[in-house]
Amino acid sequence: MGRSAGQAPAPLSEPRIQPAEMDLETRIHRFTEALESLGGVVYRASSPEDALSYARKLLDGKKAAASNAPILNELGITAIQGVASGFTEESDLRALCASVSAGITGADYALADTGSLVLFSSPQEARMISLLPPLHLAVIRKEQILSGLDELFSLEPMPGDRSSSMVLITGPSRTADIEQILIRGVHGPGEIHVILV
Amino acid sequence: MSTRVSLFVTCIVDQLFPEVGIAAAEVLERLGYEVEFPEDQTCCGQPAFNTGYRAEAREVACRCLDALRGAEYVVVPSGSCASMITHHYEELFAKDPARMEELQSFLPRVWEFSKFLLEVAKVEDVGARFEGAVTFHDSCHGLRELHIKEGPRRLLSKVRGLTLCEMELAEECCGFGGTFSVKFPGISGAMSRNKIDSILKTGAGTVTGVDASCLLQLRGALSRAGLPVQTMHLAQILASQ
Amino acid sequence: MPAAPETQFRETLNNAALQNAVYSATGRLMDKRKLVVAPDVLPDYQELRDQAHALKKHTLDNLDHYLEQFESCVLARGGKVVWCKDGGEVAEFLARLAKEKDARLLVKVKSMTSEEIELNEHLEREGLEAVESDLGEFIVQLRRGRPYHIVAPALDLTRYDVAELFTQKLGVDQDDVPEHQTQTARAVLRQKFLSADIGVSGANFLVADSGAVVLVTNEGNGRMCTTLPKIHVAIAGIEKLVPRAQDLAVFLKLLGRSATGQPLTVYTSFLNGPRRPGEIDGPEEFYVVLLDNGRTRVLADREKRETLYCLRCGACLNHCPIYRKIGGHNYPWVYSGPIGAILSPQMLGVQAAPWLPFASSLCGACAEVCPVKIDIPKFLLQLRSEVNKAKRRDRQGRLERLGFQAWAWLMRHPKLYEAAGAMGAAVFSEQEPGRWIRSVPAPMNVGPLRAWMSERDIPPLPARSFRQLWRERTRKKGR
Repeated sequence: MGRSAGQAPAPLSEPRIQPAEMDLETRIHRFTEALESLGGVVYRASSPEDALSYARKLLDGKKAAASNAPILNELGITAIQGVASGFTEESDLRALCASVSAGITGADYALADTGSLVLFSSPQEARMISLLPPLHLAVIRKEQILSGLDELFSLEPMPGDRSSSMVLITGPSRTADIEQILIRGVHGPGEIHVILV
Repeated sequence: MSTRVSLFVTCIVDQLFPEVGIAAAEVLERLGYEVEFPEDQTCCGQPAFNTGYRAEAREVACRCLDALRGAEYVVVPSGSCASMITHHYEELFAKDPARMEELQSFLPRVWEFSKFLLEVAKVEDVGARFEGAVTFHDSCHGLRELHIKEGPRRLLSKVRGLTLCEMELAEECCGFGGTFSVKFPGISGAMSRNKIDSILKTGAGTVTGVDASCLLQLRGALSRAGLPVQTMHLAQILASQ
Repeated sequence: MPAAPETQFRETLNNAALQNAVYSATGRLMDKRKLVVAPDVLPDYQELRDQAHALKKHTLDNLDHYLEQFESCVLARGGKVVWCKDGGEVAEFLARLAKEKDARLLVKVKSMTSEEIELNEHLEREGLEAVESDLGEFIVQLRRGRPYHIVAPALDLTRYDVAELFTQKLGVDQDDVPEHQTQTARAVLRQKFLSADIGVSGANFLVADSGAVVLVTNEGNGRMCTTLPKIHVAIAGIEKLVPRAQDLAVFLKLLGRSATGQPLTVYTSFLNGPRRPGEIDGPEEFYVVLLDNGRTRVLADREKRETLYCLRCGACLNHCPIYRKIGGHNYPWVYSGPIGAILSPQMLGVQAAPWLPFASSLCGACAEVCPVKIDIPKFLLQLRSEVNKAKRRDRQGRLERLGFQAWAWLMRHPKLYEAAGAMGAAVFSEQEPGRWIRSVPAPMNVGPLRAWMSERDIPPLPARSFRQLWRERTRKKGR
């Protein structure tokens, strides 16, 4: 290898992290634009009541699984008719997620430049809720929107310290494997809605 | 006293397209240069180098260096031959300190023809006239190793009577690739026909470029297809009056 | 040593439907990439490439250090590392694991590394069911074929091919609507995800400072396979390492853009061991299989080890005029296109397909778009020299070398070179003014000339070469 055994490698330059400067309004605007260009829907709630009303309308009485993210409780979303939450047992949750029409989660961050949601797996957030049901509804606070990957990695230089899984969700599930034709909703959710409060 | 430039015409121009060499000389003379042709020159060695015969390539490259030594400027009407010298000779002579040292002072004096006009002679209008629609083929080595793209188009834009039409696939390889053209003739031919389709779509009657080898490939394919589109090296168009 | 598959090339070149499918699919991928790396969209694109190249260089130049760091981090997070020399050892490990855990069904995420070692065939022999869950790979698996492209496995197929295949293999009614076909696959695979015992993935990146596996996918099958089954096994070549999680800020900006024109793919997963206490779901066991399979041999070459920087984005394939003509199945191994042309000879030995490094016009389009700046043309040239050395003893090799030695000798003797040219001019003289030569008499129609003329005309050799014209011109001016 050109070094002797046990010799330390030559020093590596600092990671290239250059978070873009972006004010809140720009973050909201960019995030909305980016996710909507991928077929997602972003709703900017004017109030907590407005957020709840949007969720209720979207779910339309259908069955949903909600995570244990505090924000969902706070907004009253877990109390909507048809929404089940508070699960800690995987097998129960799996049976539910495989049968409901929607999965409702919070998120840890969002990324403005790509329209992404960032979710760490935790006792509050199970992975499968944003994966199994055909519709994913995420509720986040506007302040959680970061400018992009650089800001994410400057805040979370060691994602593994927090969780066994960090996933960046950038729009609805898709494929172009057949004749390069874009099709949404392959295995993951085909619809993504984000409520910004 | 006018500046002297040495012409390295390249073997393909010497033997197959001598009019290209004459045209290049005429343009340079028109611009006030005194053109020399060091007779000892033959080839830059690229055919052997590209086919994986480095020792043989080195022998021929030595001859090339010896023939051109002492020239103040070496002008080459070929993107691939110029870049063979400027971009690959160092790899060939890596283990030869004497030659490496020689290359340090030699390489900066080697110029592909269009780059010489724009960057040394610093002219765009060489007083040429050529009636007709012309499309430009971006030869790969010229494009990617010497960054020849805008330059020839600027030169052509000053040619009176000439209409420049851009083809969609200007940057796509013509399929020559040296011995590739005869080792994989089926693929090479298919690539040339792709290129020809793009040329025909422009409606141009002439294809031009900075590399006679590309033009050999394209004209050979055009002729085989019975098409009337002709090929002319950039030097020939610029020499036209 | 095997010769180039000329017949297959010709078949592919004459198959208009296939030519169209490959050319338009790769064309679309090129266009999509161009949009998202444009200077007004990603102004620091070139700088990112330089950074990515430097990071990969550093990692591979110090691979032993990073492998050790990676392993200890995986262990610290409750995972296990398995070192495998080749595909046989990987299959053995999986078979043993399946037996131990009484596992029957494996679901797989798309992984070129697993294709490289023909994992599915091995597993089948062990009596295990391994189902590909990426739509393209699912299709390829049903066909019992090989992926056509590093990123788009079913690039060569039309919806009609898929309809036919699904009817035959899945028993569904004939349906050539891609949306319906996707729904069919979704339904079939959902059952598999929910009941699988082991999820097998590759890894787009291995993160040394975290012991993490990074997966970059679009469909959701990557998440399914690494969330639902109790066991997750990630199989990765040792070259997939990057030093730090933070370095992903560079690599993730390049991979999706270069591959499919996506700034980020739909799912970017950073997987760091089995589920932690309190986490509700996720695998209970986490294994990373580190595969060599010839990579240390490539690493041994200080220059050509750059080949291992590859991110498997497929951009070089999309831009390669040769790949776009002969397609993915005319390459001798799973890795096709320009990267395949330099990787296969290094991993399999140049004798496996000595023609491969020569099947390129050296146009350089690949190097221009490679996100990690691998100098593919340079290595093709080096490999050509190596092939010639290997062919020293055989008849064709000797003949060709002799030919070039004679050529070099002629080029060193300008007077003789001139004489040879004059002789040629006498033979191939102009028959009709302005017309090129369409055919030559049979005895001359051999070797390179024959090859050339099979596709193109040749110019008549001018009566006087440049140097002869120049002498006259100089003489005239002298007067």
